[in-house]
Amino acid sequence: MLSRRLIPCLDVRDGQVVKGVRFRDHVVMGAIEELAARYRDAGADELVFYDITASPEGRSVDRGWVERVARLIDIPFCVAGGIRSVEDARAILFAGADKVSVNSPALERPELIDELAEAFGVQCVVVGIDSLRDDDGEWRVRQYTGDPSKTRALSRRTLDWVVEVQQRGAGEIVLNCMGTDGVRAGYDIEQLREVRALCRVPLVASGGAGIPEHFVEVFEKADADAALAASVFHSGAIAIPDLKATLKQHGIEVRDV
Amino acid sequence: MRLAVIDSGVANIGSVCYALERLGVQATLVRSAAQLGQAERALLPGVGAAGAAMARLRELQLVDAIRTFPRPLFGICLGMQLLFERSAEGGVEGLGLIAAQVQKLKESPGVRVPHMGWNRLHRERESALLQNISEGAQAYFVHSYAAPVGEYTLASSTHGEAFSAIVRRGNVAGAQFHPERSAAVGAQLLRNFMEWDGQ
Repeated sequence: MLSRRLIPCLDVRDGQVVKGVRFRDHVVMGAIEELAARYRDAGADELVFYDITASPEGRSVDRGWVERVARLIDIPFCVAGGIRSVEDARAILFAGADKVSVNSPALERPELIDELAEAFGVQCVVVGIDSLRDDDGEWRVRQYTGDPSKTRALSRRTLDWVVEVQQRGAGEIVLNCMGTDGVRAGYDIEQLREVRALCRVPLVASGGAGIPEHFVEVFEKADADAALAASVFHSGAIAIPDLKATLKQHGIEVRDV
Repeated sequence: MRLAVIDSGVANIGSVCYALERLGVQATLVRSAAQLGQAERALLPGVGAAGAAMARLRELQLVDAIRTFPRPLFGICLGMQLLFERSAEGGVEGLGLIAAQVQKLKESPGVRVPHMGWNRLHRERESALLQNISEGAQAYFVHSYAAPVGEYTLASSTHGEAFSAIVRRGNVAGAQFHPERSAAVGAQLLRNFMEWDGQ
């Protein structure tokens, strides 16, 4: 049986891992390789690296650290940040990343998703969606969330975008629920359930994990394939082996550590 | 040359070479039949689309050299699928070393395609390639097509339906999952392959 995945998310800025609250006020958590090795040893199922300033600054990810991580770890990892073309993606994948994730550039030019799927296969193509509920009750996507001064609210409805990216060739969707991100009060189950109903490819929940029960909830109630978290793992508030033990007690299939 | 990694032009070649490095194995990338002929054993990595990968092998004039390679050969992910007669992915003709056809995985409620993540291996047959890989061991998969379970299946996995996770016919073997990204289980499989005599 396929395991539910636990994915620590490492936001990368200037070669270091940082963490913000509600996508703002970033503090340095440590060196990239050091954290990658730590999570590999703790039993993380996969890692995601977001170069959070690449897109707002209009540049691609530095492939040097991608190659160092690929040499170091023996679990899969995905890289996101400023991937605007097949050539950008090729550099990251050939440096050793298993998947690339596109977010803001896919909103600039949705054909990018088709091009990546055509060049590398859908299994390499992850689409990240930053989503926030507006005053009218609709969830809509946000762009350039790595830099609050550059973040843009778009008129595009999150649910419409979820459908479109799959048609274009997304092999996985990461839903970043901005309203719950970094505040550790639980995943946005309501939004994730709505997205799940439209999402036929693997769905990764992101934003809001605070306690182990939040992970139980996101797998049991929102049927997410994977749960992504940052601050609770970086701070040591939740240890992955303990979290897996809790999930197992609830009958949720996880990878043995 | 102890180990050739066939440069099929796909993206996971780096990861495969790094995994071998972690095991202390120095691999040589090969792009020609002449180079391949000097190898004691060979790995055929692959991700992406079957049609593009076969086109690349044809372009390098490697198809016959791989088909007739007399020593241990191991395909990874798409590289394993290419060992078969044909793939439903674009109706592509494969290397024809294993007599079966690669099919699209079937979606059903709760069964998503691509099959992405860690899944359990079920041992179907004894083989030196499975040494120290226990029943129920978990490996990392990411694929939308798979080979059915057959007499060539050493280990199966289940995503909706059962499919081949590790295959072998004669001196040719392969894994649907990514040993280079499957932690200790993947390292063990690569180690077993490096010691396998092809029997």
